[in-house]
Amino acid sequence: MSYAAAFPTTPGAPAGPRGGIAVAARATGLSKVYGQGDTRVTALDAVSVEFRRAEFTAIMGPSGSGKSTLMHCMAGLDTISSGSTRIGDTELGTLNDKNLTRLRRDKIGFVFQAFNLLPTLTALENITLPMDIAGRKPDQEWLDMVVNTVGLSGRLSHRPSQLSGGQQQRVAVARALTAKPEIIFADEPTGNLDSRSGAELLGFLRESVQALQQTIVMVTHDPVAASYADRVVFLADGRIVDEMREPTADAVLDRMRLLPGGNPRTPAFDAKGRTS
Amino acid sequence: MFRTALRNLLAHKTRLMMTALAVLLGTAFVSGTLIFSDSVGSAFRNKMSRSLDDVAVSVTAGGRPSTDPAEQRKLDDRAVETVRALPGVATVRPSVEGVAMIADRHNNPTGGEWGSAGVNYAPGKDGKDSRYPLVKGRAPAAEGEIALDESTAEKTGTKIGGTVRMAVDGPVLKKKLVGVVRTDNPRVSAGGSLAVFDTATAQKLFGKPGEFSELVVSATPGTDKDKLTAEVRKALPESFEAQSGAKLAADQSEMIDEQTRSIRTTFLVFAGISLFVGVFIIANTFTMLIAQRTREIALLRAVGASRRQVVRSVLVEAGLLGLIASALGLGLGLGVAVLLPEFLNANGANLPDGPLVIKAPAVLSALAVGVVVTVLAAWLPSRKAARIAPVEALSSGEAPPAPRSLVVRNSIGGVLTALGVAALLYTTTFRDRSGLTYAMAGSALTLTGVIVLAPLLSRPFVRLFGKLAARVSGVSGKLAKENALRNPRRTAATASALMIGLTLITGLTVGAVSANEGVGRMGKQDLTADYQVKSASYLGLAPEVGKKLAGRPGIAAAVPLRTSGFQSDGQPSLAVATDLSSITKVTYLRVTSGSLADVRGTGAVAVSESYAKKRGLKAGSTLPMEFYDGKRAAPKVVAVHADNDVLGDVLTAPALVDPHMEKVRDDSVLVKAERGEAAGLREKIKDAFGGNPLIKVESPEDLRRAESGNIDPILNLAYGLLGMAVVIAVLGVVNTLAMSVFERTREIGMLRAIGLARREVKLMVRLESVMIAMFGAVLGVGTGIFVAWSGGHLLRSAFPQYEMVVPWARIGVFLLLALAVGVLAAVWPARRAAKLNMLESIGAQ
Repeated sequence: MSYAAAFPTTPGAPAGPRGGIAVAARATGLSKVYGQGDTRVTALDAVSVEFRRAEFTAIMGPSGSGKSTLMHCMAGLDTISSGSTRIGDTELGTLNDKNLTRLRRDKIGFVFQAFNLLPTLTALENITLPMDIAGRKPDQEWLDMVVNTVGLSGRLSHRPSQLSGGQQQRVAVARALTAKPEIIFADEPTGNLDSRSGAELLGFLRESVQALQQTIVMVTHDPVAASYADRVVFLADGRIVDEMREPTADAVLDRMRLLPGGNPRTPAFDAKGRTS
Repeated sequence: MFRTALRNLLAHKTRLMMTALAVLLGTAFVSGTLIFSDSVGSAFRNKMSRSLDDVAVSVTAGGRPSTDPAEQRKLDDRAVETVRALPGVATVRPSVEGVAMIADRHNNPTGGEWGSAGVNYAPGKDGKDSRYPLVKGRAPAAEGEIALDESTAEKTGTKIGGTVRMAVDGPVLKKKLVGVVRTDNPRVSAGGSLAVFDTATAQKLFGKPGEFSELVVSATPGTDKDKLTAEVRKALPESFEAQSGAKLAADQSEMIDEQTRSIRTTFLVFAGISLFVGVFIIANTFTMLIAQRTREIALLRAVGASRRQVVRSVLVEAGLLGLIASALGLGLGLGVAVLLPEFLNANGANLPDGPLVIKAPAVLSALAVGVVVTVLAAWLPSRKAARIAPVEALSSGEAPPAPRSLVVRNSIGGVLTALGVAALLYTTTFRDRSGLTYAMAGSALTLTGVIVLAPLLSRPFVRLFGKLAARVSGVSGKLAKENALRNPRRTAATASALMIGLTLITGLTVGAVSANEGVGRMGKQDLTADYQVKSASYLGLAPEVGKKLAGRPGIAAAVPLRTSGFQSDGQPSLAVATDLSSITKVTYLRVTSGSLADVRGTGAVAVSESYAKKRGLKAGSTLPMEFYDGKRAAPKVVAVHADNDVLGDVLTAPALVDPHMEKVRDDSVLVKAERGEAAGLREKIKDAFGGNPLIKVESPEDLRRAESGNIDPILNLAYGLLGMAVVIAVLGVVNTLAMSVFERTREIGMLRAIGLARREVKLMVRLESVMIAMFGAVLGVGTGIFVAWSGGHLLRSAFPQYEMVVPWARIGVFLLLALAVGVLAAVWPARRAAKLNMLESIGAQ
């Protein structure tokens, strides 16, 4: 199957992050239900949300609000129960596993909480891994810019075990950026970092949105982390309850206090790979 | 701590499955061998004692048949009467035995060259011979009559009243089939044939008119058999041998024990190899389990468990695993012991029926071996567990500890390998068995050294192979390479298990094939004849055969070869007597001094160059000869010829050796066809002798093929027995991969998330498996060839034609099989890796 056939896009529409279409990813009436009968849990309840290009969005909410599930569903890591999700012009529901894998490879970047680098590869090899998988040569100019942006120039031949946590996470960010994806999903990227490294990393994310025109969606429960975003989407009980532009840490914290969060969820839900 | 061990064991059931299976197979091999050999041994003993039940005394002519006939009284009717007259004797059955070849439809011996038995029908008081109950027809009673066993009658397609063509040691004889008998003669059940004649005919046929081979005496009830034996002995001349049935039974039992013991030892050696291979898997598994459990063990240490308790907990876990696996292995071994005889019998082994004999030593040793091997294999990993510091419980770092340096290991491996290689190189300076110690020690050291060095060796191999794989399959190949390099010890241990099996298989194959080719070259290089005519029996050919052939149309020359043993200054040698005027027509013979024409009469011989050199002879010197009839001769050496492997060392005229032969027989007749007549001559020669089953006509190609045909069953048996070691090694590969997939769950999840397709994940695991398997195979093949090469030098003096031949086609097959093994071993782990749930995997700790 040809690459174009796998991902129907508007002819001539640029694939890069600086494209003409304003929306990078969109969910419409997205629901996600786990279990059946008595153990049935609605993780996402008819969520509709858009992430615009070159915008840094933070998804916030108390534990169990469904923020990680939303990210997983939108990134094609998890199946959805109803509704629709799109990355660019591609409807995820129409893709089989093979094409979904290709879509993740070519159009989505990931940054995980637990760095998730391959210990056997050097920093540079980890960064270019998605390109290697795709069998493409990285764009050297772009690669240099990304590496400089995240400040890893001197450490490219190091293995992950020789890098600090902050450096490892920057490698993960560089890996996500190098393939010029449509959108990057970051799941608690600062969760395992000390506050200084965390602030640095968030700076880099911010920088890549502003300087490199990257689209980033970040799940977090840290109001300070959220304050680096252009926009914050609040989730509670599987619904979007509010949204804030130009957030500050204090404003986010105030808004959070009002959310109906904190109520414990069933273990079945917790077992579903949530990272927060 | 016992409870911890038990819990751990139960918690890691699936992860320990392959390890348990390895122990299980090893102990099944041990217990199966022990129970099988006990059962078969006892069944044989039962059968023997049953068949000897009514034998009170057995009388044979005694001594060797070749001793001076003058000193020896014949075991004849008079002896029978003497014994029959003794008190306490119920019956005396005089039996005659010999070789009688029955012609099949192609004029070949039906029972083969070694299984063609001929016997007499010795009716008892009821007029029947209980050994040979008649199925059809009647017993043979006249010279022209014969009875056959059922399968021979069927194979030759003869009906009652039909004609059977047969031969003993001369011309073909025609007999009328009058009966078909049943028999439990072991040669017949092993595929041989049985011909039954009346006593007088049998005696005549087998060349001893009026003589018997054995008298079987049964006693009247209540007679003391030992006393009877003594009386029989007293009543007969001293040269006869009288033995009680009990003594015969004991002797046979002893013989059976010896045979089963040697079979058992052979099998146990192979079982030992399998268990040794299993050690690598067990050690690998426990190393991995302990690495995975580092935090848990550190926690135990933090809450107060001592190092010794930690070690003991690991060893108890290993012991429990070993016990469970060996108990299951014992069950499997029992099954093997039940089914193996049936399988062997279906393939013509003819083992007697008997109950399964399960002795306590067999059971206990199988269990003990399983437990001891498992605990010993887990001992080194348990030391690692002891080294885990309590503080590691608190470290949040999930990065694997930096791999320990291999410097010490490489140094030890280097020294061992160097010593082994040196010993093997030193072996090559020997020409006979005196270098065996060096060969054995060298092989063991080299194998151990290479195993110790394997982690070091794995790197360049995996890099090279990985580069290849990356070129063919992109990122999967690259990731597979990195994974195989990640833990060189693990990769090496897994590959070593496979290497051991392949070293042995390759070494055996190279040695056997080389020896076989050497045998094929032996005695054939100098042959220029078109056919060699031989007797199918060991008795040789009557001289008439050569004479008859010489006169046939289409035959340019028919040269009989006659051999006679002699001693010269205490050195045993063989003399070949032949027609020297035409010998050069059938073999390439170069005379270096003197003249062959002078080798005539009783006063002259020709010798080979190497014999002349060894014995300090030259043309004109005298060769003292002492023949086995005690007579001496001192012929002159009149010619020296270049070494010839058809004729051997000492060449004479028949006149010199004939007087010293008990019966003048030719070993073979070499036939040279007239120009253009070679094709079809074989059938003409056969026809010339009336389709005599004794006459064997072989071309030089036949001879070579016959030699090489002998090697395969033995090699195949060895392959079969070593196959178990290879199967266990394959389990090891599966085990390592499954554990690796488990350890790398998160990585695999991440790779899937960032776009590695399921197919590529599978390919990655499969390629790692293939790399490990190929590494083991290449190491094994290399070591095996080297060991076979150096060991081969020890054969140089006894077997000058030996030259190492590497059967590349077979080696290629081994490597292909290793490739297949790699792919196969990865099936399950690769599927697991590809099926991993991405989200769960990424979140996994």
